[in-house]
Formats: sequence, structure tokens, C-alpha cells
Amino acid sequence: MNNSRSVRVAKVILSLIVFVMLWELGCRLFHVPPYLLPTPSDIAVRLYEKRSLYLGHSSVTFYETVGGFALAVLGGCLAAAVIVVVPAIRDVIMPLLLIAQIVPKVAIAPILLIWFGYGVLPKVLIAFLVAFFPIVVNTAQGLASVERELLELAQSLKASRWQVFWKFRVPTALPDLFSGMKIAITLAVIGAVIGEFVGGNRGLGYLIIIANQELDSPLAFAAILILSVGGIVLFGIIELMERIVVPWGSPADANIEMAKLR
Amino acid sequence: MMNVPAIEVTRLAKSYRTTEGTTLAVADVSFSVAPYEFVSLLGPSGCGKTTVLKIIAGLTAPTEGKVKLEGRPVLGPRADVGMVFQTPALMRWRTAIENVLLPAEILGLDLRNFRKRASELLELVGLGDFLNRLPNQLSGGMQQRVSIARALVHDPSILLLDEPFSALDAMTRNQLNVELLRIWSERKKTSLLITHSIPEAVFLSDRVVVLTGRPAKVLDIVEITLPRPRTAEMRVSPTFIHLVDRLGRLIGLEFA
Repeated sequence: MNNSRSVRVAKVILSLIVFVMLWELGCRLFHVPPYLLPTPSDIAVRLYEKRSLYLGHSSVTFYETVGGFALAVLGGCLAAAVIVVVPAIRDVIMPLLLIAQIVPKVAIAPILLIWFGYGVLPKVLIAFLVAFFPIVVNTAQGLASVERELLELAQSLKASRWQVFWKFRVPTALPDLFSGMKIAITLAVIGAVIGEFVGGNRGLGYLIIIANQELDSPLAFAAILILSVGGIVLFGIIELMERIVVPWGSPADANIEMAKLR
Repeated sequence: MMNVPAIEVTRLAKSYRTTEGTTLAVADVSFSVAPYEFVSLLGPSGCGKTTVLKIIAGLTAPTEGKVKLEGRPVLGPRADVGMVFQTPALMRWRTAIENVLLPAEILGLDLRNFRKRASELLELVGLGDFLNRLPNQLSGGMQQRVSIARALVHDPSILLLDEPFSALDAMTRNQLNVELLRIWSERKKTSLLITHSIPEAVFLSDRVVVLTGRPAKVLDIVEITLPRPRTAEMRVSPTFIHLVDRLGRLIGLEFA
């Protein structure tokens, strides 16, 4: 198992290296001007030259993303719990949620800027708005998916609603919450950048806009690179948390355990 | 106390309202189970057996008739009943022993005293080496053993088993039949088993209540004259085969 894993990692790294080399070679061979498509080496140089610039902008985008995401997790879990525990409210909340989800966030970003100014807050709110929906939907579904027999067992033992919620529903929903969180964190990054595109003077999204205006494509690509790497790292952190918090959620590991038993 | 039946079901009926009108699932079912007796409810699939069991467990109210457990009418779920379901219904996030402890936890009993009891019960069902395994690290048969141990942890006087082995393969099923009898002889409980397997009903029971399908009605109550303790060899004895044949004819099953 360990062996095939390292083989896979090697494959991924190798294919990335080949991709970057083809890109570099292609640009040099066909003399592509850097403002159209910079070579990876151009981007690397720009990354190094302006290293002091990125840290500040990245941290702003990072805070906006994580802030919006955290709000989405909190609000999403709360909304999901209400939907499942008080089914009567479901018909009130769900249409509102659906409308909030269907409205294009890019379209309301300018309005949020008018309401909340050019600071960090509107960006956090946009990140929250895009990340909220997958968390509510996944968590609500998880909370509602307790096995019928388990619920009958709870009933036969006269478990209280509180016990049913915390002992039966919440653990059942945890794997679904994490699926929702994995979608939400990538969306939150997009939300924060949309916010920065629309207005403001800080963040990687703002940096990309400025770079575009100055036709400094290597800088734009450098910012995009940082954004992508940051997004992947955040995603990885959530996946790591999932493995620690929901060890039972991965059937692949269980099969290995069963194989060891035999 | 011995003269009072452990389970007494009198003229039980249950109907459901559906969009097409009222469906009668159970009509006029009466039988009783003596203390420490093992009785099976035998009937074709979907004949309302499970409904009878749910009414006895206090999970559903009957439309007519009444149920008494140890002389007291059933008005809702009661803690002196242990339940085993068709599926193991284990919590995937809990180890075997934590699953077994669940009823004690919900009933608010002192867990320190029950940890030892839970591991003894897992020992009894043959899972002494698997206390700390998660359900997805156990086979289907092992999971069902955990759920049997769970049904016994709070020491209920009555055990209700709803087709507990129907999802298992034939070999595991026969093996667990033998094990269930061993457990039953070591921890004497009044047991009511729902099954649609005739050999299983004959092998395990003192008496078999034969039900007809839709709506469930009692056809006959058959005394199982096989001596105890029962052994796997009895499955090929003339008495066993005769009883299986007789029950088969009663239900008018295809293979009779």
C-alpha cells in the first residue's frame, strides 16, 4: 500500500514537471510574448522579485476566505440543525436558501460594497454567501440520514430528543459536513477574489486586476499561482481534519484492516 | 409471577390509513409467551409480523386489542425489553464495546459498572478479541453478534428479535442459530423471534406461532417437541424434518 502510494505521488510530481517544461519550451520555441503567456521561468522570477508584495496581499485574501468559510460552517450547521429538528420551519427556510443560492454572487458583490464599504467585510460576506449553501445542504441531509432501525432503537430506549440529536444525528452527519466543507472552502476562495475584483485595494484579486491593467501578465500569473496553491493547502487541511475527526468515514481503510485480519 | 405470562397479546389488530383507504395489516392476533420461553412468529415476508413486534415493543400503538408484558399493559417503550433488528443498526463511529454500552448510556445507568458487563457479553457472543473494532472492520455476522450483545446489556427480561439473521448467508445463519441458543441458555430471557425461515423457527423455539399473510392472523400454534439442549445434528432428525414439513404445509408454502 505504502509503495503504490509513493508511486502515485511520484507520478503526480513527474507529470507536473513535464507540463511546466512543455509550457516553457513552447513559449520559447514560438516566441510567445510574455504579456500573452509568460513562461514559467518569467513567473518564477516575478515571484521572487516581488516577494515582499505577495505576503501582505495573500494574508488579506486568506483572512477573507477563512473568515467567510468559518461563518458559513457556523451558520450552515445551525441552519441545517433547525431544518432537521423543526421540520415546520423547513418550508420557510429552504426557498430563501434556494433563492440566495441562485442569485449570482458576482451580481450582488457591488451592492454589498455599497452597503459595507471597501474593507474586508464585504469580501468575507461574499465568501460566506458562496460557501454557505453546500454546507447547509450536505449537513441537513446527513442529520436526516440516521438509519431507521437506529432511530427505533433510540425510541425503544426512550431517548430524549436531545440525546437523539447529539448521539445519533450529529455523528451520522459529520462525514457529510466534511464533504460540504471541502466544496465550501474552494468556493470561499473564489468568493473572496470576486469581492476583491469588484472593489478594494488589497488582496490577491486586487493584485491580479492591477497586473492586468499594467499588462504585467507574469505578475498576474504569479498571483494566480499563489491563490491556487493556497486553495489546495486549505483543502488539504480540511481533508486532514476529516481523517482525524471522522476515521470511520473512509471504507478504504477498513478494507485494509480486514485484510490484515485474515 | 410464574403463572403470569411474560408476553400476553390479546386480539391485536392494526390498520393503516393510506391514500387508497384503510389497510388492515394485523387482524385478530392472540398468543402468549411464558417466562423464559422461546417463541417464534412464523409467517411469509411482509405479512405484518414486524408490526406485531413493534406493537409489543411499544413503538406503535395497536388499533384494537392489547399487549401485556409481565402483567402490565404496554403503553409505550419499556426499558426491560431488548431489541435486535434485521440490520445490525450499529453506530459506525463507535467501537464494538461502545455500541454495546449505548443502551446503558441512554438509560442513564452508571457506565463504570457496565463496561465489564459489556466486555463479558461480547465475550459471550464470541467477540472477546474485537472489543475495540469499528463496525466496518467486522463482518456482517460479527456485527449482528454485537447487536445481540447490545440488546442484552441493560439486562432486559424480554428479548425481541426481528428477523435478526435474514440478511446473513446460510452458513453464518445456522452458526448464529446455534450461538443464539447457547446465549439464551446462559442468560435466560423470554424471547420472541420473528422469522420467515421454517427451519430456524423449529430449531430455536419451544413453540411456533404460525401467521397467515395480509392481514396477519394466527393459523396455528405448534409445540416444538425437540429436546433441549438442541444440537446441529438435530436438523436432520425425523422429528425436525416432520415439524418443518408440517409448518410448511400450514403456511401452504410453495416448497411444501
